[in-house]
Amino acid sequence: MMATLTRPQLPSTDKRWMIVQGTMRKHGYSRNALIETLHTVQQSFGFLDKDAIRFVAASLQIPPSQAYGVATFYHLFQLRPPGRHTCQICLGTACYINGAERLMGHAEKQLGIQAGETTPDGEVSLLAVRCVGSCSFAPVSIFDEQIHSYSKVEALDAQLKAWTQP
Amino acid sequence: MSATPAVKTFVIDGVDASARPEQTILAAAREHNIFIPTLCHLDGLSDVGACRLCLVEVKGARRLLPACTTRVEEGMEVTCNSPRIAAYRQMTLQLLFAERNHVCSVCVANRHCELQALATSLGMTHVEIPYRFPSLTVDASHERFTLDHNRCILCTRCIRVCSEIEGAHTWDLMGRGIQSRVITDLDQPWGESDTCTSCGKCVQVCPTGALFQKNRTGGQGCKDPSFLPYLRTMREEP
Repeated sequence: MMATLTRPQLPSTDKRWMIVQGTMRKHGYSRNALIETLHTVQQSFGFLDKDAIRFVAASLQIPPSQAYGVATFYHLFQLRPPGRHTCQICLGTACYINGAERLMGHAEKQLGIQAGETTPDGEVSLLAVRCVGSCSFAPVSIFDEQIHSYSKVEALDAQLKAWTQP
Repeated sequence: MSATPAVKTFVIDGVDASARPEQTILAAAREHNIFIPTLCHLDGLSDVGACRLCLVEVKGARRLLPACTTRVEEGMEVTCNSPRIAAYRQMTLQLLFAERNHVCSVCVANRHCELQALATSLGMTHVEIPYRFPSLTVDASHERFTLDHNRCILCTRCIRVCSEIEGAHTWDLMGRGIQSRVITDLDQPWGESDTCTSCGKCVQVCPTGALFQKNRTGGQGCKDPSFLPYLRTMREEP
């Protein structure tokens, strides 16, 4: 006889956990729903914290280490809260050969952080993305939701200054 | 329609050989006393082809294939020992050494290390690839065992034994590429893990000095994974 595990309670009364639970229910609490559920957590909370991963893993009966491994394997999942602004620079092949590496180097120097990190004041997150599907406009960068084609270091610099200076 | 033959015949290093269906090249080669070096393979655990030391040439295949995860096919022609493969093995070994901080003379597993033993038996005299010297941590939070990332070769034996034999699945791999690391639970200190049963199987199967018992110093960290085939047999359905 298989021992049945009870599903954990919601971590808090926050309504967003209901959305997360909804995704898992939609997939019948199947283990395959892990990535889908982590997406829902990220969309609802903006990032994945350890409590969220622990809750999802326990609900889907997946070992916590395995869920954490999946969350850290994919660049799309963020384990820290995002900054107020996000600067995404595409490092896909077309953008790369058109000088995206220089853009990234400049942004890292300007913000004093590495790609994938957020400035200590929580103002700007710098992300490296792989191909946003606009290769004909390479190099492409995305400031918040705004896509910039044929990005230049000067324009990037101006945008970062606008964000970081009061 | 012809029925699948019960025995597959193939050629390994110029010798006619036979293999049972589902048998891997590695298992068949061992039965025919042909040596293929391995590091991530361990009898009693599943195979993942992580260490790339068992790469062999298969006639008709464009790339080298790992013997531990490739099944024998009827009429296959396998070469396990050739100058090309020897060169690849040397390079793979050197890459393993250069990736993290493998300093045998001060390692707890000195003279009990499978990586060291392989380097010796394959005649690796020096590492041509520059060492990366990454800055890695040591986790000594567990009461009885220590995890030293500096010596880990990411063979994932600890992960597999914990998941497949112990059934706790405390270990897993986080990150990707050069950032990969073995973790316990949510990348928390081993001593604070909720799922670890402190059974010590991971320590016994670790091929290097990455996992070792406390109170052991240089060269005292001997391992004994011989319990594995026994446990595997005893846990199979009668």
